[in-house]
Amino acid sequence: MSAGGIDQKRVLFSWAMLAPFIVLFTVFVVYPLIQSAFLAANQTFGPGTRTFVGTKNFELLFSDPVFWKSITNTFIYAMGSLFIQLPLAFALALALNSQKLRGRGIYRLIFFSPQLMGLVFVSILGALAFEKRAGLVNQAIAFILQDPKYLEIDWLQQHVMATLILISLWLYVGFNMIYFLAALQSVDKSLMEASEIDGANAWGKLRHVIFPSVKPVATFVVLLSMIGSLQLFELPYILLENSGGPENSGLTIVMYLYQNGFDLGDLGYASAIGWVLAIILIGLALVQVKLTRAQEVRP
Amino acid sequence: MSAGQRKLSKWAMHAILIVLSIVTLVPYGWLLIASLKNQDDFFSAIFLPPGDGVFGIGWDKLTLDNYQNLFGLGFGVNLVNSIFYSATTALAATLICAATGYVLAKHQFRGRNLITVVVLGALIVPPTLLLAPGYELLYDLGLLDTAWGLLLPLLAPAFGVFLFRQAVIQSVPDELLEAARIDGASEWSIFFIVVFPLVRPMIGAFMLITFLGMWNNFISPQIVLQTADKQPLSVAISQLRGVYKTDYGLLTAATVVSVLPVAALFLLLQKQFISGLTSGAVKG
Repeated sequence: MSAGGIDQKRVLFSWAMLAPFIVLFTVFVVYPLIQSAFLAANQTFGPGTRTFVGTKNFELLFSDPVFWKSITNTFIYAMGSLFIQLPLAFALALALNSQKLRGRGIYRLIFFSPQLMGLVFVSILGALAFEKRAGLVNQAIAFILQDPKYLEIDWLQQHVMATLILISLWLYVGFNMIYFLAALQSVDKSLMEASEIDGANAWGKLRHVIFPSVKPVATFVVLLSMIGSLQLFELPYILLENSGGPENSGLTIVMYLYQNGFDLGDLGYASAIGWVLAIILIGLALVQVKLTRAQEVRP
Repeated sequence: MSAGQRKLSKWAMHAILIVLSIVTLVPYGWLLIASLKNQDDFFSAIFLPPGDGVFGIGWDKLTLDNYQNLFGLGFGVNLVNSIFYSATTALAATLICAATGYVLAKHQFRGRNLITVVVLGALIVPPTLLLAPGYELLYDLGLLDTAWGLLLPLLAPAFGVFLFRQAVIQSVPDELLEAARIDGASEWSIFFIVVFPLVRPMIGAFMLITFLGMWNNFISPQIVLQTADKQPLSVAISQLRGVYKTDYGLLTAATVVSVLPVAALFLLLQKQFISGLTSGAVKG
């Protein structure tokens, strides 16, 4: 066989291997992505009923108080992840990273375990556990503080955002801890020893040795956690039974997208919301890339 | 730090970790016990109901009625659906992504760079953006409320292609492929016999991640599937809550049934899962 024949055979093989991916990817990712731009300029009443409205969806969106409410809620939740969840995860990782600590494997498995339940099932458990009176959380608080008045805390009506953040702590702290643990493995041991000889205290070691070497993973985890938080849906959807809660106190951006697209049938307005969210997320990703680059350039 | 202080701080550390472990674990116990109690006992005790058995606990009050009711309502069908959807997605997506990742990493042909750039670019497209147009597309194709409509859009994740491309670049040397070609191996057998074993850790991790992702996927089946008999556990359980909001025994039993298979699978394969989870982070 000639060399040309072999080359041709290899190219044929390449395309045969790629074919399933390319077909599915084009039909179910690229095509809908293009359509979402058109949809955002239309109003629909269910699928297949487009009416062109130009930029009206976006104009409506920016003056829609419910949309702004959903943005505020979503960002409060994301800030909860950033400033409560991730520091806790990092602290746990530091504690479990010590070689001398007994039972670290078991602790690690325990803290990670909620992740096994999956968000939907955690949401069901959370909804039951945060019920008034019979729920585990109020029962526990009332038992510890020895006062039955705490049985009446109405988490799902009056403290929706706090409930969402508390459940997400239970679910995600151990998950993010795994990333930080992996990053801590890469901290240079000789550098740690050297700083110990130099008489660095715990804070000094943390600041000058540990922080710089976990920074790449930390920025990655921050981005991942922001992207996840800003797309929060299942937890409030199930907790509040798709209602958004009293005065939309638990409505998130994706929940509002879902309500408009799939409860009211306006896929156009839903697409417009999708685009605003996408632009926020892509903006965040670009900032992260910039930050990482800046770190690499610095001596 | 003196030896005494060191010991104290060690004990303080364990005390904190144990308290946090209890906070993490207690909900499981509560869930499991609640699923074994009838409605009256659910309200009469946080955990095990009091009675005159061993330890002053009414062991005889525990019952499997909730589970019986649950399967009487047809929850078994949803369990089978979840297994089917998750297994199919895991197998097909792994095969498709491995093939694509390998070819993009090791084969030369026109259009390769374009495809690579498009795939990497797709990583930043948030899946929520595709919900509305994807729904419209399934409507146009007549695939709403079918298993195909649920599965086909999930079989070509750009993320998987990215992971396998990385794995092949890192663990499949060019020389090995050339040697196999000189020995007369066909391209297909090179892929299945030479490449597959070399990226096996990624195959295991990705299959597990995809399986769990599908098992826990809510929004896709919620949008695509209307018929109760076709729905997976995630959607079925949220509808169960809509109808039987105050039947705590039934809802907790449903949660236990939904979570146990996955937890068992994970405990069997946890090493692979964790390595797969962190592979993108550490090497990136």
